[in-house]
Amino acid sequence: MDPNTAGWALVVALFLPLAGAGALTLMPASMDREIRRAAVAITAVGFALVAAVTASFDYSRAGELQFTTDVPWITAIDARFSLGMDGISLPLFFLTSLLTLLCAIYTTKPLPSPGKPKAFLSLMLLLQTGMAGTFVAFDLILFFIFFELTLVPMFFMIGMWGGPRRDYASVKFFLYTLFGSVFMLVAFLAIYFQAGANSWSITELSNMAPFGSTTFQTWAFLGVFLGFAIKVPVWPFHPWLPDAHTEAPTVGSVLLAGVLLKMGTYGFIRIALPILPDGAARFAPMIGVLAVIGIVYGALCCLAQTDVKRLIAFSSVGHMGFVMLGIAAMNEAGIQAALFGNIAHGIITGMLFFLAGSMHERYHTREIAVIGGGMLKKMPVYGVLFTYVAIASLGLPGLAGFWGEFPAMWAAISPGLGLADSYGGLYLGLVVFAAIGTVLTAGYFLWLIQRINLGEPTERWANEPLADVQAIEWVSWLPLLALILALGIFPRLLFGGQDAAVTNLVGFLGG
Amino acid sequence: MQIDFIAILPEIVLTVTALLVLAADLALRGDAKQFVNPLAAFGTVGAIVATVVLWGSERVTFGTMYVVDDFAVLFKLLFLGTLLAILGISWRYVAEHRFFQGEYYFLLLTSFIGMMLMPSSRDLIMLFIALETVSVPAFVMVGMRKRDLYSSESALKFFLLGVLSAALMLFGMSMVYGFAGTTDLVGIAAAISGETASVPLLLGSVMLVIVGFGFKISAVPFHFWAPDTYAGAPMPVAAMLAVASKAAGFAGLVVVAFIAFEPVADVWGPMLGVLAVLTMTVGNLIALQQRDLIRLLAYSSVAQAGYILIPFGLARTGPEAAVVNAAAIEAVVFYLIAYAVMNLGAFGVAIAVERRTGLRSIADYAGLSGRSPLLAMGLTVFLLSLGGAPLTVGLWAKFAIIEAIAVDITLFGIVLATFLVVNSVIAFFYYLKVVRTVWMDQAPAGLPQLQPGFNLSAVVVVLMVGTLLLGVLPGLVTDFSSVISIVAAG
Repeated sequence: MDPNTAGWALVVALFLPLAGAGALTLMPASMDREIRRAAVAITAVGFALVAAVTASFDYSRAGELQFTTDVPWITAIDARFSLGMDGISLPLFFLTSLLTLLCAIYTTKPLPSPGKPKAFLSLMLLLQTGMAGTFVAFDLILFFIFFELTLVPMFFMIGMWGGPRRDYASVKFFLYTLFGSVFMLVAFLAIYFQAGANSWSITELSNMAPFGSTTFQTWAFLGVFLGFAIKVPVWPFHPWLPDAHTEAPTVGSVLLAGVLLKMGTYGFIRIALPILPDGAARFAPMIGVLAVIGIVYGALCCLAQTDVKRLIAFSSVGHMGFVMLGIAAMNEAGIQAALFGNIAHGIITGMLFFLAGSMHERYHTREIAVIGGGMLKKMPVYGVLFTYVAIASLGLPGLAGFWGEFPAMWAAISPGLGLADSYGGLYLGLVVFAAIGTVLTAGYFLWLIQRINLGEPTERWANEPLADVQAIEWVSWLPLLALILALGIFPRLLFGGQDAAVTNLVGFLGG
Repeated sequence: MQIDFIAILPEIVLTVTALLVLAADLALRGDAKQFVNPLAAFGTVGAIVATVVLWGSERVTFGTMYVVDDFAVLFKLLFLGTLLAILGISWRYVAEHRFFQGEYYFLLLTSFIGMMLMPSSRDLIMLFIALETVSVPAFVMVGMRKRDLYSSESALKFFLLGVLSAALMLFGMSMVYGFAGTTDLVGIAAAISGETASVPLLLGSVMLVIVGFGFKISAVPFHFWAPDTYAGAPMPVAAMLAVASKAAGFAGLVVVAFIAFEPVADVWGPMLGVLAVLTMTVGNLIALQQRDLIRLLAYSSVAQAGYILIPFGLARTGPEAAVVNAAAIEAVVFYLIAYAVMNLGAFGVAIAVERRTGLRSIADYAGLSGRSPLLAMGLTVFLLSLGGAPLTVGLWAKFAIIEAIAVDITLFGIVLATFLVVNSVIAFFYYLKVVRTVWMDQAPAGLPQLQPGFNLSAVVVVLMVGTLLLGVLPGLVTDFSSVISIVAAG
């Protein structure tokens, strides 16, 4: 495939899941097994195509858009159907495709009540189109559509297959994110009219930036900020997250943590920063403060959780805090760290949610106290995997988690855009608190491992036959486990690919 | 006076159809009476053809009282399309409830003739006639379920408030005439702009005229009739009131506000903006409490009227106002088209469920997905679209309004946008409540199978496809730069 001309590959990879969702709904519901296999086949074909795109991506020109498509879409408002990918989009696009494939494989196991794999898998495929599209859309309107498209399937996933408080969690998730994104839409429109170029193109608007007065930039950034900050979520916009993550079915949690949250940080990096650099510079210290509050707050909340899944959900608040800290640094190293942290968190926390889901299937509870330790004795392989992923999540050097956290702090010591002069002390303080956050993070994960893995199985579980890791689980987990290690020892896999694109982006910031 | 018969051909076709329907009803006996429905539908299609050929031309007749331009044609097509859909959802409903079918269809067609006149009117008298032709048949239709006290009550309520508003409006019109010395809208604009424009009595009478339309579009605080009337009326009539009659009110409001009263737009603009805020907020907050789907849809349609009023709040006067006013009118027209598609669909599904079971509380929709996947899917799409979810036309409708606000950002515009955003979120809360019930709750045992029938299913499917198709390609109807020619006339 020639990355200059093969725009079709992206279009096909994007809409194949949608077509697949349509095809699945036409299959009779009685063909249960066939439906699950068809979903695996569809996502596998999609992943093969994305893998081919990844292979033929021209890494020497990672800063430029490749695989582009650009045709008029809604002429009345100048919106265009404009797709493309550069070094920033590629890893996220790849991750989306990979995680959906793994989720489809995982779904060959029984679904939680009410079953209905047809509806579930159709929604998942619809969700995939929305998620993947967000990362390759280069028109603000198109971006917004894809961004919003994820809400409806995720709402149904949580609301129909979720835990006991699913009604509450699904509505909360939907309303929170909707609230932010409508403000974002208003800001997009303001940007469009202020730029006056009759274009929604992200590239064009970035090239034109900065435009408008500082007041305009501030207000527009505020609108965009609300949309993305709720999605990330940045503290204090996070209350939807623990509920949604905890109540969602395993696959829903994996995709939420693995991809949906990344849409927020990606939006910051792709849209908010380059198009509104002045607004970004004004907001950066505040973002930094919120990010660090998120890190510490997330860790403290984790220490207080009694439910494994809820604990992992709160850990996301902390990890995304590190990503936001990287963004707040407004320099090349910071953006690099943020993007790395994005991917690392997606892989690690996605994997943790897989593990939490399987744990619930075996113990039928997620209460740490009820599980009560001894998992290493009861299910040795499973216990080892859990330890491995938890340690990756707390940021042990040599595993993927480290490369998101440490460089983010490193970058924040010398923030770009002249922030070092005016806010140098503040940023230094932020780094100190973030470092305390890493200690707390290590603390709660190690404590979790101690409470669940170590010790003797309690009386209740001692004689229960609990199955260790099954074949299906191996298949759907192995790629993630391997990636955690690979990215940990060879971070250049990601840093290298992103480098040129990030340099471009920081160029827009004028830093 | 030369009369341009081509210009009024659609109305003539509808009138002839209405009379034929009445005559056919006399001739037919028993079950055969229901075949007046296809007869009416046939006439509607004829009227659509007669309207389509008028697109792109500008015809003026009856002096300058009656203008057929693209603005009018678009509205007429909207009304006729709505009529066709209402005929589709009426057939079985009306046949089974043993109404006087001939009368029902005759009144329905008559009401739509009034609507057809509305966007073409360029004269206060003409506007009033059009408005009354819409309303009077509607009073009767609301009370058609004669043996039902509820229906009679709602008809009486609707009638009394309707007459009151008509009286107020007529009073306002008479004073406007006193000032301007003419009932011609363009003439009024010229006369008003000649005045210093701050004569309190003049502004008061302008308000009275606008308030008259406020009843028609059920804007807060003139909305009290709407929920009771929708709930008591036969359901196809409720659908007509919620969609067509409201659209007609907006057509009239656009004409009178942007042509006759354009010179005092800086007075009625902010006032309608405040009304918009009140209307959407009150409508949404009360809708949150509803347990009956029709009442929920009624309050939701009050809230939707609030959204449609927002662009009126942006209106300005003066030479540089044309851009803003044009964007405002475009937003109104597009929202009305979108609203008609999605709201008719929602009512269609409600009729399909109620017709068979007589159930209309939201709890009765539990497990609809198992009983009829088509209707469940339809209701989901329509409600999400009313909320403004992506890939549905509802999103673009809201988009059009925000776009109109963003053309020239003012503080008031930002306030309006904020209210729109907050209200959209509130609205989703109750739309999702229904959607959740439909998909996620268990159906109670022993409910009969749903058989919506071919016509109703077809209407639901067509509207659903329309909602989604326009959701992906809003360009199919967004390009009507020609409809805003009305601004230049002002």
